[in-house]
Amino acid sequence: MRFSWRGLAREALRGHAGWTPHWRSPEQPQPGYDVVILGGGGHGLATAYYLASQHRPGRIAVLEKGWIGGGNTGRNTTIIRSNYLFPESAALYDHALQLWEGLSLALNYNVMFSPRGVMMLAHSQHDVQSGLRHVHANRLAGVDNEWLTPAEAKAFCPPLDTSAAIRYPVLGAALQRRGGVARHDAVAWGYARAASALGVDIIEGCEVTGIDRDPVSGAVTGVQTGKGPIRCRKLGVVAAGSTSLVMAMAGLRMPLESFPLQALVSEPVKPVFPCVVMSNTVHAYISQSDKGELVIGAGTDQYPSYSQAGGVQILGHTLEAICEMFPIFRRMRMLRAWGGIVDVTPDRSPILSRTPVPGLYVNCGWGTGGFKATPGSGHVFAATIARDEPHPIAAPFSLDRFAGGRLIDEAAAAAVAH
Amino acid sequence: MLLIACPWCGDRPELEFRHAGEAHVTRPADPAAVSDAAWTGFLYERQNPRGLYRERWRHLHGCGRFFNAVRHTLTDRFLGSYPPGGEPPA
Amino acid sequence: MRLPAGGRIDRDRPLHFTFDGRAYTGYAGDTLASALLAAGVSIFGRSFKYHRPRGLLAAGAEEPNALVEIDRGPGRREPNQRATMVPLEAGLVARSQNRWPSLRLDVGALAGLAAPLLPAGFYYKTFLGPRRDSWHRLWEPLIRRMAGLGRAPDAPDPDRYGNRFAHCETLVVGGGPAGIVAALTAAESGGRVILCDEQEELGGSLLATPEVMIDGQPCWESLAAAVAELRANPQVRVLTRTTAFHYGLQNFVALAQVLDRADGLRERLWQVRAGRVLLATGAIERPIPFPGNDRPGVMLAGAARSYCARWGVLPGQRAVLLAAHDSGYAAAFALADAGAAAGAGAVVPVILDLRAAPPEALVAAAAARGITVLAGHGVVETIGAGRISGLRAAPLRPDGTPDRGRATAMACDLLLMAGGWTPNVQLFSQSRGRLRWDAAADAFLPGGSPEAQASLGACNGTTELGAVLQEAAAAGRGEAQAAAAPAVPTALPIRAIAAGAVAARKAFVDFQNDVTTADLALAVREGFRSIEHVKRYTTTGMATDQGKTSGMMSLAVTAAVLGRDLPEVGLTSFRPPYTPTSFGTLAGRHRGAVFDPGRTAPMHDWAVEQGALLEPVGQWLRARAFPRGAEDLQAAVARECLAVRQAVGILDASTLGKIEVVGPDAAEFLERCYANAWHGLAPGRCRYGLLLREDGFLLDDGVVARLAPDRFHVTTTTGGAARVLHLLEDYRQTEFPELQVWLTSTTEHWGVAALQGPRARRVLAPLVEDLDLAALPHMGVAECRVAGFPARLFRVSFSGELGFEVNVPANRMPALWQALWQAGAPQGLTAYGTEAMHVLRAEKGFIIIGQETDGTVTPDDVGLGWAIGRKKRDFIGKRGLARAGMAAPDRRQLVGLAPADGRRPEEGAQLLAGARRAEGHVTSAYDSACLGRPFALGLLAGGRARHGETVFATRRDGPPQPLTVGSPVAWDPAGERLDG
Repeated sequence: MRFSWRGLAREALRGHAGWTPHWRSPEQPQPGYDVVILGGGGHGLATAYYLASQHRPGRIAVLEKGWIGGGNTGRNTTIIRSNYLFPESAALYDHALQLWEGLSLALNYNVMFSPRGVMMLAHSQHDVQSGLRHVHANRLAGVDNEWLTPAEAKAFCPPLDTSAAIRYPVLGAALQRRGGVARHDAVAWGYARAASALGVDIIEGCEVTGIDRDPVSGAVTGVQTGKGPIRCRKLGVVAAGSTSLVMAMAGLRMPLESFPLQALVSEPVKPVFPCVVMSNTVHAYISQSDKGELVIGAGTDQYPSYSQAGGVQILGHTLEAICEMFPIFRRMRMLRAWGGIVDVTPDRSPILSRTPVPGLYVNCGWGTGGFKATPGSGHVFAATIARDEPHPIAAPFSLDRFAGGRLIDEAAAAAVAH
Repeated sequence: MLLIACPWCGDRPELEFRHAGEAHVTRPADPAAVSDAAWTGFLYERQNPRGLYRERWRHLHGCGRFFNAVRHTLTDRFLGSYPPGGEPPA
Repeated sequence: MRLPAGGRIDRDRPLHFTFDGRAYTGYAGDTLASALLAAGVSIFGRSFKYHRPRGLLAAGAEEPNALVEIDRGPGRREPNQRATMVPLEAGLVARSQNRWPSLRLDVGALAGLAAPLLPAGFYYKTFLGPRRDSWHRLWEPLIRRMAGLGRAPDAPDPDRYGNRFAHCETLVVGGGPAGIVAALTAAESGGRVILCDEQEELGGSLLATPEVMIDGQPCWESLAAAVAELRANPQVRVLTRTTAFHYGLQNFVALAQVLDRADGLRERLWQVRAGRVLLATGAIERPIPFPGNDRPGVMLAGAARSYCARWGVLPGQRAVLLAAHDSGYAAAFALADAGAAAGAGAVVPVILDLRAAPPEALVAAAAARGITVLAGHGVVETIGAGRISGLRAAPLRPDGTPDRGRATAMACDLLLMAGGWTPNVQLFSQSRGRLRWDAAADAFLPGGSPEAQASLGACNGTTELGAVLQEAAAAGRGEAQAAAAPAVPTALPIRAIAAGAVAARKAFVDFQNDVTTADLALAVREGFRSIEHVKRYTTTGMATDQGKTSGMMSLAVTAAVLGRDLPEVGLTSFRPPYTPTSFGTLAGRHRGAVFDPGRTAPMHDWAVEQGALLEPVGQWLRARAFPRGAEDLQAAVARECLAVRQAVGILDASTLGKIEVVGPDAAEFLERCYANAWHGLAPGRCRYGLLLREDGFLLDDGVVARLAPDRFHVTTTTGGAARVLHLLEDYRQTEFPELQVWLTSTTEHWGVAALQGPRARRVLAPLVEDLDLAALPHMGVAECRVAGFPARLFRVSFSGELGFEVNVPANRMPALWQALWQAGAPQGLTAYGTEAMHVLRAEKGFIIIGQETDGTVTPDDVGLGWAIGRKKRDFIGKRGLARAGMAAPDRRQLVGLAPADGRRPEEGAQLLAGARRAEGHVTSAYDSACLGRPFALGLLAGGRARHGETVFATRRDGPPQPLTVGSPVAWDPAGERLDG
């Protein structure tokens, strides 16, 4: 059923009795599929959707251990931007951003993409140099990014304290106007609904416990699951924090560590914060949801963990930074805090790759910033799986880049030193 | 905030410590002799287990010493800690 | 109305306050809610989505409706305060919120007319077009204006927030009867005890039940005695208005204490590590879903009992109780008795009981009070304009739904709901304890826990007071918990209550977020089966009360729609904080200057006196330049640079990281860590050292001096000091434990004055003792005395000029500086800052880690391949450098860039040659007074082989500008000036 005002009005007249499930979630999977996607988060569902809509490789299933969108998709602060330094990264994230811009209409599901502008603050000469380098690199690559003076930054975000006397004064800011936020749950649900409509089976509550391989060729032949064995020709692993565990089932060790990442929201208030602001120096990441909550990203804990819970001191450190940059928020209250598990690579860039195991593909390592890439990641990963060769945008993000030293080290490139 | 047992100083809050990665990742004695793949394994590949995890900590704001600990990464509970080169608790 | 007597308020202390501009009077001991209720106010707020008028539902922290703005003056305005938790104070200014123009007449309530069009999740199905950006441009602004509750503060908060760490043997959370007894017995058993409670006074449920007797004594008297005993015990710390909001690992519990002290200390964060935690967090009463259950005047039975007993307020004159649980009767009787005593007549004429057969004893007790009990009855709808004025009740059909055809109307101004109780297991759950479904208690109860903890009383499903006190005393003494006696079912199970309301219209489950049973049913119909999905789709349980009154009923309704049992559907996770906690409390004292304490070099104060411009560099605040008179930064830097090149300049270089490396194996240790060769370095000589990461990329650099065969003075970058020491310690302790070497950070021990310029020796020489300065070669080091102070004197240059760095103990630095300053005056000694330092080093092609390098740069990339000890078998990063791709000819290499058009390029500008593809970038760019032109350094693909080529640098203000590629060394390429 297409979503529209007309449909809503028709249903309103009969007590909304006619709505049907957004996606089909069969209790039992088929005995076999052509492609199985392991992981029903945004990236996995997007992969399934683009496979089904653009490549038609046969029957497709998404296996999700819990409920779809319940991992980092439903736990992140939804910042979307593409102003990355290296051309490889900018190409990937801008590909995603272009898909975001038409996603609601494409999926017939309002993902509430809101390009309200993402502003990244500079607090030192080093930050300014780094910020300007990003601006120059992005503009050359056709990615919008502009430099603001402190006064312009204040005009764009009135709650920001731009006085010169504070501990880390704002010396400037890089602004990507096309950047913004979206409604995280809707992304998972919208992709699930669209994929389901194209025949994809979305199996929730289905944990994968083993990967079956051909004894001769080593190729993937299927998976063992809590709902029985499932045959498949190709297996795409999109399991975020659990990637190391899944890949170990195929005998592969990954360049990944999984860390707890926390986020929090305030109580809802009337519109007060018009954009997204990030500061890597003081560790403040903030926007305001359509519901009115201030949505604030915190840092990772220092130790790897799968507990989905972090220390209260991490929240405190984050709120110190928020109160310092936005002193009017000191009397606001934290309503809810939560944790996710992020898988981090040595160069903090993702892995979108074939693997040494034929038929096994992996999409992981998004660290703290994977949400923004969801459509682009799914799109190029689907192509990589369907053609068994890396999509040009995915090619630099191969698993073997670590052995060759061809790292895409955005974090190091922005690192503070002097 | 974790409560961490430094083998020399006893139980202290996590604020005094810095995590130092997976334990028992041995630097090859002759790095020049190992293959690119083996070197990549040493540099980057980690077990990252969901379960018992042997890790390194440094009592940075204390005695300054590095040590090893065994922690369950799902519950974050410690089984114990031990000096570098020592044997993990069973 | 206020009862003529009773309650715990001080009727001799009236307090005047305003709500929405209107003046009211309450008493000391009132909350804002009880005072307004006493004054006859029934509408306290508007709901989030439909802007429906709402009254008080509860009397405590779980209140979802009565959210108000409290205004204590500029910077002290706070939104979304629960009126039930605001102690009344003189002059309090409170306002309603989320309404326009007024609480009674709210235009936003028109949303209610469109409610059929706005079911759960309507926004996912609509606002899709017509254009790609229609959501953002057109619809989102409308939605955002309608959403949100109160207004954010609009000025910086002037108040302060404290922070304390505490340790105790026993932390008791909750100061009701269970918590008090547990704290008392724990204190008797020895050890420190902390008891916290979110309310202003201890007592918990006892505060609402003065008629209850403990040991033959009215409970309020027992309570007073127990509280006095607790307060008198020096081992016990009692914290009221203090909420345990976060339960972390290993019994680490965070408490938020409200102080509102006159000196501006508003709240305090306690971080408590406890030997054991006793949770006595009580239970919260469940509302009952039925049509119109959100109308002002519909209240939880227990809350009404609290208002009556604790604050002497009769919340209605004609009340009907809708009971699914025995406890409602006690509340109804308390109101009836209070009303009768006050001559208010028959305050409670009718009890509707959802159960077909309520306990006979209760029915009889009701009859004795003249109350009619209608068993097996439910509410068909409530009636009233604003506040409730009546309802229609009907007998229930076998499926639990009211038979509308047999409904009868009755007048009332208060409808009490007694839906049973939900134990407060949030903190238990936060501690990663496992919850178990207990069918008899009709609730999730604490199960196994990894922590040393116990749950007591109502939060553990123990409800009978005698059993509660026994359980608490045993727990306080540290005795193992006896298996709880199986609870006696006293209520209609929540699943049955839910089943009767699934088809009801406007039967609210989440009051604040306007989620009805129909919304939950819709979510299930649309395929949302997981309770987490249902919660996210409908927003139930996501309001500021965090689902305290709605969570269990949402689950029950969802289970009923799915046709499953409640525990099968599962529970959404409980996330911290327990109640909303202010940012300020969590941020504590870390604000302003101590947000991140700044580090300053020994000459900082002097620099400030001289009018220096400061810049943050990592944690340090450094002098960037010393403008004189009307000079701007550029003019000051030009003057400072010329002074160094032509005369002599002085820089406070104390921020450089310094590590003393000592021991018989010191040289071997450096040999294995740094890329350079060290064994051959003679004592008294320095070498420029490079430290790499294992992957081969540059991490840090600095001059390393050998003072003696077994002693090195290693310098690092200002920002890299801690990182380098950590890395070196790691290798020392874990990779090379066999080496006899020790590392000590001496960054703060040495003050460093850098004298640079052709006249540097002339300034310094007269002050030097124990050393022939003229004989000290470039890259030499000596221990001597300077200006009478013991010093390490380096002859090094970061400017290309003759240069010295004088290290003296940091506390001697001001005196040394003064001596140099006086001695230098005749030579034109000029203080310079970091900006001139940068220009001078760039003119010489010297790199700065973090500016020319970015974590992807090898030594060879920046022309430092010469520094690497080629013959060394191993050092950190050697193997990394040997990987394919690390020595490719097209790697980006350091070059000098001369603008052909005389304009200074921008740092970060991308370098192009023909194609619109970046071949590198500008890393440093300055106007050079010495060269008389702007110049730049950059990293350019294959740059070393491209000297003489023209490349282009992108500009933000126009087309790319041409630059001529050349050597990075623009000043004195032959190095002739090092000797002055």
